[in-house]
Amino acid sequence: MKPLVKPRSLFIGLSCLCLLAIWLSLALGPVSLPLLDTLRAALRMLGLPIDGQGLEQAELILGQIRLPRTLLGLAVGGVLALSGVAMQGLFRNPLADPGLVGVSSGAALGAALAIVGGSLFGGLPEAVGPYLLSLCAFLGGLGVTALVYRLGRCNGQTNVATMLLAGIALTALASSAVGLFTYLADDATLRTLTFWNLGSLNGASYSRLWPLVLVSTGVALWLPRRARALNALLLGESEASHLGIDVERLKRELVFCTALGVGAAVAAAGMIGFVGLVVPHLIRLLAGPDHRTLLPASILAGASLLLLADLVARLALAPAELPIGIVTAFIGAPFFLYLLLRGRA
Amino acid sequence: MLCVHNLHVLRGKKAVLTAIDLELKPGEVLGVLGPNGAGKSTLLGALCGELQPDQGQVLLEQRELAHWEGAQRARRLAVLPQHSTLDFAFRVEEVVGMGRLPHQSGRVRDDEIVLEALQAADAAHLQGRSYLALSGGERQRVHLARVLAQLWPGQPGQTLLLDEPTSALDPLHQHITLQAIRAFADRGVAVLVILHDLNLAARYCDRVLLLHDGRPHALDTPEQVLRPEPLKAVFGLEVLVQPHPERGHPLIIAR
Repeated sequence: MKPLVKPRSLFIGLSCLCLLAIWLSLALGPVSLPLLDTLRAALRMLGLPIDGQGLEQAELILGQIRLPRTLLGLAVGGVLALSGVAMQGLFRNPLADPGLVGVSSGAALGAALAIVGGSLFGGLPEAVGPYLLSLCAFLGGLGVTALVYRLGRCNGQTNVATMLLAGIALTALASSAVGLFTYLADDATLRTLTFWNLGSLNGASYSRLWPLVLVSTGVALWLPRRARALNALLLGESEASHLGIDVERLKRELVFCTALGVGAAVAAAGMIGFVGLVVPHLIRLLAGPDHRTLLPASILAGASLLLLADLVARLALAPAELPIGIVTAFIGAPFFLYLLLRGRA
Repeated sequence: MLCVHNLHVLRGKKAVLTAIDLELKPGEVLGVLGPNGAGKSTLLGALCGELQPDQGQVLLEQRELAHWEGAQRARRLAVLPQHSTLDFAFRVEEVVGMGRLPHQSGRVRDDEIVLEALQAADAAHLQGRSYLALSGGERQRVHLARVLAQLWPGQPGQTLLLDEPTSALDPLHQHITLQAIRAFADRGVAVLVILHDLNLAARYCDRVLLLHDGRPHALDTPEQVLRPEPLKAVFGLEVLVQPHPERGHPLIIAR
C-alpha cells in the first residue's frame, strides 16, 4: 500500500482547500456577500491598495462577525486535529480520540458548573458570564486530564493502559455530575447547557479568541518538532527509549498539549466531536503515517473541515443555525464505522 | 563495551536472575542459551536498562547505563526485542529509517545506510511495501535492519543485544541473519544474542552462556559448553555431539 499523494502535493492541495474554506466562510451566511466583494474587502483589510467603493457593508460584516468566526473555526479545527494525532500516537492506536484522557468530559463538567451554578445564584452578569464559562471549561478539562495522568503513573512511569481505563472511569464520573447539574437546572439554563454541549462557533469575538489562538499556535509550533519521536513511539515505548527518546517526557508533552489545546478549543466553542478522530485518519490514508507530514497536514485539514462543517451548520436551516457538533458527528460517526468495517474486510 | 557484575533481579520475592557476571567484548558474539523461563529475556532487559536490577550495576563504557544521555546511549547500544508491535502502515524503509533517529547524519547518508542495512538483512526487495502487509519473518528482518541501521556500519565501542532474532525465520534466513550479526562483530561490535537453536549457536558464537533457573550454568567457548553433560543438566535433553564434517564446530544431535 503506497501513499496516494506525495507530501508536497498534499500540502499544496490542503492549502488551496483551506484558502477556499476561508473565502466561503467569510462570504456565506444569513447575509451572503458576493464572492468577489468578499475577496476585495478581505484583501483591503490585509492592507492591499484596493478601491473601497461600495465595500463598507462587506467590511463591517467581515470585521465584526465573519472574521472572528472564521479565525475561531481555524484554530479550533486545527488544534482538535493535532490533539487527535497526539493521542493516537500516545495510545499507539489509530482509533484513539482526545476525549480518552478526559479533557472533553472535564471541560463539560466545568461548563455545567458555570452555567448551572451561575443560574442558581441569580444568573451571571452579561459581562463576565461567557468568560467565566470558558475559564471553568478550560480548568475542568485541565483538571480531569491531570487526574487521569496522575492515576496512570506508577513507580515514575506512565502506564497508558491504566490511563485509558482511568479516562473512561473519570469520563463516566464527570458525565454523571453533568447529569446531576442538568437535573438541577431550570428550562432556560437547560437550553444553554444543551447547546453548549453541541458546540457552536456562534458569538465569536476577538476578546474570546486570543487565548485560544495563543494556545493553538503554541501547540502547533511545538508538536511538529516531536514528529520523529512520535514515529519512534509507534514502535513501542521500550523501542523508542532504545532509540534515545525520553519516553516519559514525550508522553507528558503529548498529554499536556492535548489538555491545553482541547481545553482551550472546548472552552471557546463547546463540544465538537470527531474532528480529532477523523482528520488524522484521512491524512494517513492519503499520505501514510509519518508524523513529519501527518502533524502539519492535520492542522490544515482540521481547520478546513471545521470551516466547511460550520458552513453547513450556518446554511442548512438558514436563517436558523445548527450546532456544529451535530454536523461533525453526522460526518464523523459514519466515517468511523467505515474505518472499523474496512479493517475487518 | 557493556559489563555487569553480580547482577540480581527479583520478581516479587522470586529471584529470576542470580549472580550474573558478564562482560561483552568488542568483536565477540556471545550466545545466551537456556530453557524457557531460564531468565534469558530478563537478562537482556536488565542489560539494556529496561529492567532495574535489584543488585549489580550495568556499565556501558565504565558509566552506569542510567547516566547516559538518550541519543548518546542509542548511538552505542542497540536492542532488538523479541516482538515488536507496530499497527501503522509505515513503509519498510521508513521503519528502518527510524534506526537513524539518534544520528544527525543527514537524509542522503541515512537513505544509503537504510539500503545497506536492508541488504544485510536480505530485505532490500521489501522496499516500498507497507510494514503491515509483511509476514512475521519479513517483519523480523525489517526490525533487524532497523537495529543494524542504528549502529551502521558497526565499530568498536558499540553493543548490539538481540532477543531471538531468528525465531520466525526460515533456515536460509536464520543463517543470513547470524552472518549479518557476525559481520557486525567482525567490525568490532560487542554482540549478545539469545538463541534457541544449539547448532546456530555452535556455528556463529565465540562464547556461550548457558542459563539455568536464572543462574549461569556455564560460560565458555561453544566446544566447552555444548557438551552432552551440561546440555543434559540444563535442558534435560540427551544429545550426541560430533564435529561438523566440513567446519569442525560442534554439531548437536538429539538422541
